Amino acid sequence: QWTKIKTKFMQHKHTEHLCLLFFVFQEKQYVGFATLPNQVHRKSVKKGFDFTLMVAGESGMGKSTLVNSLFLTDLYKDRKLLNAEERINQTVEIIKHTVDIEEKGVKLKLTIVDTPGFGDAVNNNECWKPITDYIDQQFEQYFRDESGLNRKNIQDNRVHCCLYFIPPFGHGLRPVDVEFMKALHEKVNIIPLIAKADCLTPNEIKKLKDRIREEIDKFGIKVYQFPECDSDEDEEFKQLDKELKECTPFAVIGSNTVVEARGQRVRGRLYPWGIVEVENQSHCDFVKLRNMLIRSHMHDLKDVTCDVHYENYRAQCIQEMTSKLAQDNRMESPIPILPLSTPDVDTEKLIKMKDEELKRMQEMLNKMQQQMHDKEQ
Amino acid sequence: FLALECERFSICNEEKRNLSLGGHVGFDSLPEQLVSKSVTQGFCFNILCVGETGIGKSTLMNTLFNTMFENEEASHYQNGVYLRPRTYDLQESNVRLKLTIVDTVGFGDQINKEDSYKPIVDYIDTQFENYLQEELKIKRSLFNYHDTRIHICLYFIAPTGHSLKSLDLVTMKKLDSKVNIIPIIAKADTISKSELHKFKIKIMSELVSNGVQIYQFPTDDETVSEINASMNAHLPFAVVGSVEEVKVGNKAVRARQYPWGVVQVENESHCDFVKLREMLIRVNMEDLREQTHARHYELYRRCKLEEMGFKDTDPDSEPFSLQETYEAKRKEFLGDLQRKEEEMRQMFVNKVKETEAELKDKERELHEKFEQLKRMHQEEKKKVEDKRGYLEEEMNAFNKRKAAAETLSLSQPVKKDKDKKNRSVNTENQSGVSASSSKVMMAKANVEPLNCQSWWQAIQCCTCLVHNATWRPGGLF
Repeated sequence: QWTKIKTKFMQHKHTEHLCLLFFVFQEKQYVGFATLPNQVHRKSVKKGFDFTLMVAGESGMGKSTLVNSLFLTDLYKDRKLLNAEERINQTVEIIKHTVDIEEKGVKLKLTIVDTPGFGDAVNNNECWKPITDYIDQQFEQYFRDESGLNRKNIQDNRVHCCLYFIPPFGHGLRPVDVEFMKALHEKVNIIPLIAKADCLTPNEIKKLKDRIREEIDKFGIKVYQFPECDSDEDEEFKQLDKELKECTPFAVIGSNTVVEARGQRVRGRLYPWGIVEVENQSHCDFVKLRNMLIRSHMHDLKDVTCDVHYENYRAQCIQEMTSKLAQDNRMESPIPILPLSTPDVDTEKLIKMKDEELKRMQEMLNKMQQQMHDKEQ
Repeated sequence: FLALECERFSICNEEKRNLSLGGHVGFDSLPEQLVSKSVTQGFCFNILCVGETGIGKSTLMNTLFNTMFENEEASHYQNGVYLRPRTYDLQESNVRLKLTIVDTVGFGDQINKEDSYKPIVDYIDTQFENYLQEELKIKRSLFNYHDTRIHICLYFIAPTGHSLKSLDLVTMKKLDSKVNIIPIIAKADTISKSELHKFKIKIMSELVSNGVQIYQFPTDDETVSEINASMNAHLPFAVVGSVEEVKVGNKAVRARQYPWGVVQVENESHCDFVKLREMLIRVNMEDLREQTHARHYELYRRCKLEEMGFKDTDPDSEPFSLQETYEAKRKEFLGDLQRKEEEMRQMFVNKVKETEAELKDKERELHEKFEQLKRMHQEEKKKVEDKRGYLEEEMNAFNKRKAAAETLSLSQPVKKDKDKKNRSVNTENQSGVSASSSKVMMAKANVEPLNCQSWWQAIQCCTCLVHNATWRPGGLF
């Protein structure tokens, strides 16, 4: 019916505009930018995603098994493992595996960065250096690309997340764990995991998690923090989010084999005393890790890498460069940057003073709170 | 004739003759006598547990001996490895066991583990050394001696499922010639059956290819050779330890409870704990003690004595008497010591003499100086006295002249004198002052000369003068 009216009106050119208005008035006041998310979705599907995940930890912690379980594929088909004698003086290598995987039309270029040899030698002094060097190299590469003239095809090889595997056999973090995490916490998002969690009973897991969280605080290690959920999210989501945060570090189990459990075929480990199911939430935190890493927070990990770690690196790099330039008395810089406005000494002093005051007041507040708490008890 | 007799004699000595007994003599009770003696004495057994912190060493000991040995959780942040021996007295039926458990605290925690094996080797050697010292004593009481030599080292391997760690290999190589090693896979409830089989094979092949000699259960005694041989094939034992009890069926057994099942410590299809207990305690404990003494200790002793310079035969191929050589060495050593002591004493005496001499010199110097100063002082004093005398003379001369002048002026009275007299000052002391200036003053002020011994008195007189109301304005100048 509309078309008939339209064609009738179209016969007269000046009525073209009238008919458009006619359309607009007949329908709701709809502008249409609510379709933006769809557009973003469409474009991103077309462009595809990329993600770089680093795994670090001693040999035998189940890293490759976990990666295979996470991405439901076998990345380590023809791996050659060194024996003990060869490992006495082993140095840390960096090995990259890149795979293109697709799911429901969404393409993901996944890069897994492996660190064989970490912590395996007898003398492990500074064994994390090759790893920090690698991360810095990727930052440097991106920095150069970003500052170049032709930026059409920049490849982002920066490490977006590092899964660190803590052995479940000890009483908490060991010196090598602490040193590694402290060397990397300002360069990459660290997610600590308790490996091979099937050797711990639920009580032991809880004790170990509490201990590790305590030690992370004590040593000032900045692990990846989940972003706070918006206040307008529903209660269920908030509850899930809270549970997720209290569950860290995740105690994980991985498996390369499929077993039959409760009438279903699942990934698991078969023991004489029972079957451990990797995806059973009462057995381990694998599902939580997968959901967080892949299904909800993958993009946030990338964002934090770009906005925080990379920016820190970049700012540091530029400062070093400008200080060098000042030393050499050169005026032009090789990269396009705006001059940094360094706050003058006075404002800095003021800032410092205010900071200290704030600290003092915070301490007083804490004391008062403690007193009140004691009084209540 | 004599030669033939001798020959027969020598043949008789070499042949062993088996005699058959006519009845029951009774020396078949010898083993029982030995046993009852050793039971009265009590037994001694020392276990060394080597493994990373938290791998389950204390829990396994508690499980093996069914006792709660006191143990606090160790920290991961030790600076180095140190050994912690603890001795317990246990009793089962009428058999007493003095059990020493030595723990390696801090093993595997440092970032640089190159020296981790040293404290362990040192500890084992020290125990051997103590025994050797006791054995070499002149008056010794070995039957009373508390034997602390390590009879067995349980090496705890982490259940990675791949192979030995580099630290494990290095440490075991250093220990295999000093102690009986039984490698065990700790926390074995994290390895599935198929993985375990591969893991065990890999570990044993690595040990063999690197020449590490672990303890083999003895197969020479028929009563236990079969079971020992089969156990040898199960090494390394995959163990699980637990002191908590879980109800399985209608019994409470020691087990670990997981959401997916219960791992029973004493279930042979779950882990090799029972095998370890059987081998370690119930079958081969005595053999372990024997091996430690006959093999490892003897090796240590031989090396140590060779180091000290002993040999089995001297240049004349006569068997050495250990005692003699020991005494000789000891004398030599003491002689050395004495000589050294003498030397040091001599040195000390010399030094003392030197210092004394120096001090004496210094004292002499000081004395001289003192004398010199005294002399100087005397001279100065004399000079001052002379000067004083001279001054006094001058004063006297001056006074004489003054007196003379006065008598002269008195005989020519002048108006001025009257004024002068009126204005005479009430001073008690009247004496002369230094020549020129006072004369000028007198001339100018028309005042009676002050008889002051010092300037101070002069000032005082002047003050009086000032206070005197009859002081004429316009004053002195």
